[in-house]
Amino acid sequence: MFREITIGQYYPAESRIHRLDPRVKLFGTFIYLISIFVANGIVGFAFLTLMLAIVIKLSKVPFSYMVKGLSGIVVLLIVAGIFNLFMTPGQAILTLGPVSISDVGLKNAALMTGRMVFLIIGTSIMTLTTTPNQLTDGLETSLKPLTLVNVPVHEIALMMSIALRFIPILVEETDKIMKAQMARGADFETGGLIKKAKAMVPLLVPLFVSAFRRASDLALAMEARCYSGGEGRTKMKPLHYEAWDKRAYVFILLYMAAMICIRVFVWI
Amino acid sequence: MNIIEAKDLVHEFFRRDEEGNIEGISVALDKVDLNVKEGQFISILGHNGSGKSTLAKHINALLTPSDGTIYVDGKDTSKPENELPIRQSAGMVFQNPDNQIIASIVEEDVGFGPENIGIPTDEIWERVERSLKSVGMWKYHAHSPNKLSGGQKQRVAIAGVMAMEPKCIIMDEPTAMLDPQGRKEVIKVAHELNKKKGVTVILITHYMEEVIDSDYVYVMEKGKIVMEGTPREIFSRVDDLKHYRMEVPQVTYLAHELKKNGLDLPEGILTREEFLDVLNIG
Amino acid sequence: MSLILDNVTYKYSTNTAYEITALDGVSLKIEDGEFIGIIGHTGSGKSTLIQHMNGLLKATSGTIYYNGQDIYDKDYDLKDLRTQVGMVFQYPEHQLFETTVFEDVKFGPKNQGLDDKEATLRAYEALQAVHFPEDAYDQSPFELSGGQKRRAAIAGVLAMKPAVLILDEPTAGLDPKGRGEILHLIKNMHEKKGNTIILVSHSMEDVANYVDRIIVMNDAKVYMDGSVKEVFSRIDELEAIQLAVPEVTYLMRELKRMGYNVNESVTTVEEAKREILRLKGKLA
Repeated sequence: MFREITIGQYYPAESRIHRLDPRVKLFGTFIYLISIFVANGIVGFAFLTLMLAIVIKLSKVPFSYMVKGLSGIVVLLIVAGIFNLFMTPGQAILTLGPVSISDVGLKNAALMTGRMVFLIIGTSIMTLTTTPNQLTDGLETSLKPLTLVNVPVHEIALMMSIALRFIPILVEETDKIMKAQMARGADFETGGLIKKAKAMVPLLVPLFVSAFRRASDLALAMEARCYSGGEGRTKMKPLHYEAWDKRAYVFILLYMAAMICIRVFVWI
Repeated sequence: MNIIEAKDLVHEFFRRDEEGNIEGISVALDKVDLNVKEGQFISILGHNGSGKSTLAKHINALLTPSDGTIYVDGKDTSKPENELPIRQSAGMVFQNPDNQIIASIVEEDVGFGPENIGIPTDEIWERVERSLKSVGMWKYHAHSPNKLSGGQKQRVAIAGVMAMEPKCIIMDEPTAMLDPQGRKEVIKVAHELNKKKGVTVILITHYMEEVIDSDYVYVMEKGKIVMEGTPREIFSRVDDLKHYRMEVPQVTYLAHELKKNGLDLPEGILTREEFLDVLNIG
Repeated sequence: MSLILDNVTYKYSTNTAYEITALDGVSLKIEDGEFIGIIGHTGSGKSTLIQHMNGLLKATSGTIYYNGQDIYDKDYDLKDLRTQVGMVFQYPEHQLFETTVFEDVKFGPKNQGLDDKEATLRAYEALQAVHFPEDAYDQSPFELSGGQKRRAAIAGVLAMKPAVLILDEPTAGLDPKGRGEILHLIKNMHEKKGNTIILVSHSMEDVANYVDRIIVMNDAKVYMDGSVKEVFSRIDELEAIQLAVPEVTYLMRELKRMGYNVNESVTTVEEAKREILRLKGKLA
């Protein structure tokens, strides 16, 4: 079941989106994330969906593959949705015993869930089309000014890329440990919340131990390969903008402008 | 010229109790002498805890001596300024293939070392291609390491070291976690690099059959070198090997047992062909 | 009393373009008290096969019977099956989690619903059975040496007193000393307790030295199934799937080819020694 998670995974393909400079993609994703919260009506979301569909099409990543990544988050979405549905005060449209669903609640729940879905799909386009190293390079260069205020930008970027590399390994490991404990009679499925939480201990402890072991192995391996921080490093794949990157910047800005216009001038 | 020269090398570490107070001192390396000539293929055998991995880390300057000296490519490892040059000339491959691959694309991982030592971009690409080809992994250059077999991952790790153009590669149990197929691939690549590129190889292992083609073999136990010699010399001493609870290849052991039972066979038979030859005459 | 797999097929990612058949129509009968070795390449379906035997994976089609009962029946207790068919995974020490070795070994028996007293007794017996040093019972499992961790983890499965014990490469990553000790332990246990043992291994020599019957997996199917001698006599077929036979078996075949009258079905050094001594005795 864990094998299915695709968030943070790179999907190799030759596409316009893959070839874009990671800085463009980072900027684009950032703008897109803002735009999700700018959109608040049907027209806004329709425009956003259209743009997203075009980008997905251009990326050559199968939509079904992307959706598989969502399955892991469905639980989270449902919980968030339920909270919004029942906890928002307003005009009750349906009452079930002590709880009731309000009109505002319904709208909020729909908005919230919709936004989460858009957020996940959007960010996964970035990770699916950008190798973690490119992403790291992009972040490092984009955030370079922060080094002036002593933010360890290089280290943060490297940490992120290593985390992404180890996600699939740890996911597989979780699956393995879970099976091993099930073979010892552990039960992860039945029982109340407290029992389930308790059942996680035999899973989480070995997982943490393993993560620490891997981290210390990796640190040693990096040291052995002469890693000594960002100073004096050269780049195998240095970043430089091409014509398409510039066009993409313009396109992203136009998109944002359009979204704001929709919010301001269109009421549905 | 000796690329590695260890003299009376000692490594001690403090054992600490739960509060972090020093309980005592453990000796991981106890006056080890080791001389390796450039271009040799050396094997170090020993059980877990025999000190062989500690020795490996000294050759890469990941550890420095508590006492005695070790020179790698003429440089003293105890001098901090030698650290990076030593790591560049003596690369290291570790046991767990997953825990030493840093990047999510094969070629980017191989480029990690050259990036660290400030090689210009164009040359990084040349080195990456050359070293991936030398381990037969070039066709996977754009793949994710997660999809590769254990043996392939180890070959990528070896390429990552080769890209730094070291004079010497230390392999710390590179085959311990692999299946027989992967083990064969890795050992074959190690020998090829030694023969074709003249790289000095130090192979640390506990599989006896992997050391047969080495130039020289050391056996370690409790921080000391307890046996050394050519593979044939080592394998002639089956009783000593048994004493250290090392495994002996089946033919070697068979010949030894037959000799004990009165057959006139030489000691130190390494292969089936040799065995058949001497059995014929005998 | 037996474990029967009837035409078991298992597919990953069904109904997608990436569908993979990991087991393809596997039928097996495993009797009580057998000592079986499973060999085959990485990816041949060995791991998938054994994970079906204790119900961790559910077959896409086909049935599995344990002691005559269909384990896929709606009211069949899979949790109970898992305690009867014990499974030691590869690198089992990675599943240790408790604060002490003793507590960790008790985890299985406690899950079986035994009271603390009974679980303590079981843990004690299991740790004795794997010759775990008594002064280390209360140590943290994370501070042990590799070989000791492995023993503690195996004890964790033994403590459930499984009738069938499956071990997936129990010697992987250990040094020769550790490997020999673990295999000895398993053999002794089999001889004393007579439980069924299924050993997945990459070492032909180990398989030849310890098991009675070999199942060879290839490409999701059972490629061969027979006694050690039967299986290792089919050298060419094994080589066709890049597997090998023990060194001494090759040696005997070559002696035979050279015209010596030797028994080719030799699989251990001890047997080879006797054969050659017999031969030499005759020649002399």
